[in-house]
Parts: sequence; C-alpha cells; structure tokens
Amino acid sequence: MPESTDTAITQIAGQRDGARIVLDRVGKIYPGQDAPAVEAFSITAEPGELIMFVGPSGCGKTTTMKMINRIIEPTSGSITIDGRNVLSLDPNELRRHIGYVIQQIGLFPHMTIADNIAVVPKLLGWSKSRIAERIDELLQTVQLDPGTFAKRYPRQLSGGQQQRVGVARALAADPPVMLMDEPFGATDPITREKLQAEFLRLQESIGKTIIFVTHDFDEAIRLGDRIAVLSERSQIEQFDTPAAILAQPANDYVRSFIGQGAALKRLVLIPVENAVLGAASAAGTHRVTIGDSLRDALDLLIVTGAPAIGVVDPAGALVGSLTVDRISTALGADATALAAARNDDGSPA
Amino acid sequence: MTVSTATTAISTAAQVARTDRRIRLLRRTATPVIVLVVLGALLLWLSTLELDSIEQRTLNWEYIGLRTVEHLNLTIVASILVAVLAIPTGIVLSRTRSRFARGFVLGLANIGQATPAVGVIILLAIIWQTGYTTALVALVIYSFLPVLRNTMIGLEQVDPFVIESARGMGMTSQQVLRRIELPLAVPVILAGLRTSLVFAVGVATIATFINAGGLGDMIVNGLKLQRFPVLLTGAVLVASIALLIDWVASVVEDVLRPKGV
Repeated sequence: MPESTDTAITQIAGQRDGARIVLDRVGKIYPGQDAPAVEAFSITAEPGELIMFVGPSGCGKTTTMKMINRIIEPTSGSITIDGRNVLSLDPNELRRHIGYVIQQIGLFPHMTIADNIAVVPKLLGWSKSRIAERIDELLQTVQLDPGTFAKRYPRQLSGGQQQRVGVARALAADPPVMLMDEPFGATDPITREKLQAEFLRLQESIGKTIIFVTHDFDEAIRLGDRIAVLSERSQIEQFDTPAAILAQPANDYVRSFIGQGAALKRLVLIPVENAVLGAASAAGTHRVTIGDSLRDALDLLIVTGAPAIGVVDPAGALVGSLTVDRISTALGADATALAAARNDDGSPA
Repeated sequence: MTVSTATTAISTAAQVARTDRRIRLLRRTATPVIVLVVLGALLLWLSTLELDSIEQRTLNWEYIGLRTVEHLNLTIVASILVAVLAIPTGIVLSRTRSRFARGFVLGLANIGQATPAVGVIILLAIIWQTGYTTALVALVIYSFLPVLRNTMIGLEQVDPFVIESARGMGMTSQQVLRRIELPLAVPVILAGLRTSLVFAVGVATIATFINAGGLGDMIVNGLKLQRFPVLLTGAVLVASIALLIDWVASVVEDVLRPKGV
C-alpha cells in the first residue's frame, strides 16, 4: 500500500464538494459463472457531476455501482476517488464517506428518524451537539419538519417521507460521493416527480459527485448531467449529455431505449430563451416564461390552438412570441450546435 | 359537514385506541387473576377436608414451599443455561455458510426435543447419576431447540435491505449484528425463550423420578398413595406456575420489544 489508509480516507472525506471518480476496466466475475456480470467498465465522473447509469434489469448497472463502495468486490480493474485507490482502503471506513441510497430505503425500523440519520456521524465519532445540529439541518433540507419527524419511527412515515429520510441519512456526514440505486423507483408517479424536483434543487446546492442508477430513461434525462446507456455486462453503448443522446443516439440499442418521442423529450431540455423569438406584437393572449422549456411552450400552443403565444421575462414583461415553426427551428439549431460542439472536441459522433 | 366527519373520525380513532388499551389490559391481568382464583378455590377446598397423617406430611406450607422452590430453581436455572448456550449457538450458526454444520446442530437439537422427556431424564440417570445436576442437564437438552431455532429464524427474518444499508453506511459486521440484527430479532428470540420456559416447568415434574425434587414429588406421591388432594394440589401448582411464568414472559416481551417494530 503506497500510503496509510487513514490519510487517504481523510483526503477523500475532506473533499466536500464532490470528488472525481475514475473506474478503469472494472470487471466482476461471480464464482461459478462463465460470463462476467460486468466486463472492462471504464468511466470518469467529474467532481460535482450527476452521472446516470441507465439500462434494462440485469444489465449489471447496479453491480457496477456497488463496486464503487465495495458492497460488491470487483474481480479486476481499478477504482479511484480523487486519485485514491478505493480497493486499498478499509471498506468500512470508505463507506462512511460515500452516501448510499437504495430503492428499498432500508431505514432501521427500531430507530427513530433522528437516530437513523445519526448513524454515520456516530460511527465517525462526532459530538452529540454537532450530530443534533446536523439532524435538524438535514431534515429541513429534505423538507421534513424536525419537530414533527425527528422522534418518529420509520413505519409512521409515508413512502415518500421515508425516501427523503433515506437521502438525508446518506448526506449525514457530508460525503463527497453519493451512490443512489433507483432511489425513487418504489414511489408512485406523483411522489416520484416531486422527489426528483426536490433532488435536483438539492444537488444544485450541495454539488456532490453522484452515481445514480435507474432503468427509467425519462428520469435519467430529467436528472442527469451525463447519461451512460448500458447493455449486457454493463457495456457502455453511449456516454453523453441527455441532449446529445436524444439528438444523436449512437446506435439502434440506444435509439430503442429512448423510445418514441425523442424530439419531445429533447424539447424538455431546451429553454424558451434558446429559440429565436418572433415579434412581441404577434403574441396572442397566452404566455410562457422565458425560463420554461420549449415543451411547455408547445404544450400551451397545442392546448390553446393559438397560432402564437407570448413570451414574458421573469418580471412579467412581454419580450417576444413563439410559434410551432419557431420551436421546430430551435430544435434543429440545437442538434446542429450539438454536432458542431462534438466536432470541436474531435470526439466521434 | 367535513368538520363533523373529521371529528367523528377522530373520536372513532380514540375509541379504537381505548378498546385496544382495554383489551391489552385485560390480557395483562386475566392470567394472574385466574391463577389467584384457582389457587384460592384450592385452598378453600383443602381447608374443608379432614387430612390424614400422610396427607398432613405433604399438605403443609413448609413442604409445599420447599417443593415449589425446587421446581422453580430447576426451571429457571435450566432456562438461563439454555439462553446462555442456545442464543450464541444460534448466532454462530446463522453466520456460518456451512449447511452441514447447521443441519448437524439443528438435527441434534431436534433429537433432544423429539425424545420423550422421561426417556432423556431416565437414560441420563442410568448412564450418569441421579439428582439435581442430571435433571438440569436433561431439562437443558429438552428445551434447547426452541431458543436455538428462534434465534436463527429471528436473525434470518431481518430485512436484507436493512442489513445492506447498514453495511453500505460503513458498519462493521459486528456493529451490524449488535445494533441492527439482534435488536430486530429480539421479539422472535424471546418467543423461543418463553416456549422453552413453559416446557421446562412441565418437564421439571419428571425430575422426581431421579430424586431431584420439585412438585413432581407431590404428584407422584399422591398417585402412589392414592391421596387425591395431594395429587391435585401438586398438579394445580405446576399448572399455575406454568401460566404465571408464561405471563411474566409475555410482559417482558412487551417491554423488550424494540419500539417502532
């Protein structure tokens, strides 16, 4: 071992605002099985990036994620967090500095919400007052009133509330890295959407490096900075931003995963301000805000049947108008811009 | 309209809670009350009898007190031994991956349980010795299985995702066992202990056959000498002890069950 475990851990832990995670040719072969579950998986997550692993059930995406905190031990390859080799660290110490959220949440039923959140800080030997402060802060962060919820037991909470506690618990010791395995998968669609929105807002303020596993492509588009579309044995079919994947799927596999309505999904990602607006005088009676997505604008156009709608800035002043034609042009321009950016990078399309 | 519905709902909920509490209180108090009534009736009946000299030798406070203490001693010491031996064995067995070890120990415990208690106690006395220690060992062998099996089941039924999240948070396997698995297994383990305690009360009556005392003395004497009051007193006392111990165990279970489960 090139350095003592202690210093390496402290250095990972000290990196509050996300750390770089590098997986290099990581593989997993289960004993007694010929085919590897994960084969030569390489990916780099930049500090503060939210990376989505998307793929069908059984493609190895969860296995890949669980190798990062060594819940599953890789059989080949290397994993580093901020340059420290994860495989040379004590796994228990390592896990205390990696937030971990699973679909089944796994709250401890015999502990109160406060005690659940306090687990990792206690393991790290924080003082009582610091832990109490942190619990209050975190419950507020996930929008649960500490006075109401801290002393409750998990089974007294709804599924959505439990999942929030799960996220709060994972954030407890302010880890630079979070691993999330379909955290919103077991909630109903309405709760899920709400949790996703809250989660996006949360990530904007905390800026962790997050590996997020899901089989829901729409969730991946909504949340991810970059998406890795995975197939059998965790092979990466495409690894790019949501907009780029939607505009230029690398192959038929990715295309089939995107499913119908790729254009509509892309519209979600383009804000109204990216479109070339028409004259304000053409605006009818209906309005969208400049920060809304083009999909919202299209939605309004279709629902109202109006030939054009007005665009207002956040202050409410009319700045221009939008038509279906202009939305379509904006979509085309977006694709061209993406392709141009790609060629600048020199990376293959 | 909505307000009144809400109020009704609240009062119904309060009523349900109240009935719940009443049922629980009834369950808590029913056993000791019944036992007291039965013992009182027995005492009343005995006081109306003219006891002959043989009956007088056993139906006096000192003799009954001694036998009861012997009986309780056997039962409780055996149960403590079972708890101390079977719970750790169960924990170790639930950790091992070896099917053979698990099958072997469970099989052994099964044999102990399946063999008639009289058989175990008398065989032991023949190959070893008579007296208290032998009776104790026989009792331990006989009531080992429920605690062992319940410890294993209790640990196995802990939600694997709860364990995974505990591991994922960086608890060592020792910490997972002590802070998560064992507390969550407590209700099942206690249920096993309760079963074996009640077993032990009944089986301890057989200790009389190898000269280890207990209330079995009264039952056997009453039978052999055809003194019905002696037989009945012994039998009622054993039954009362079994009921009371079961009751105490149920109260302990309620107290020790982790909150939130």
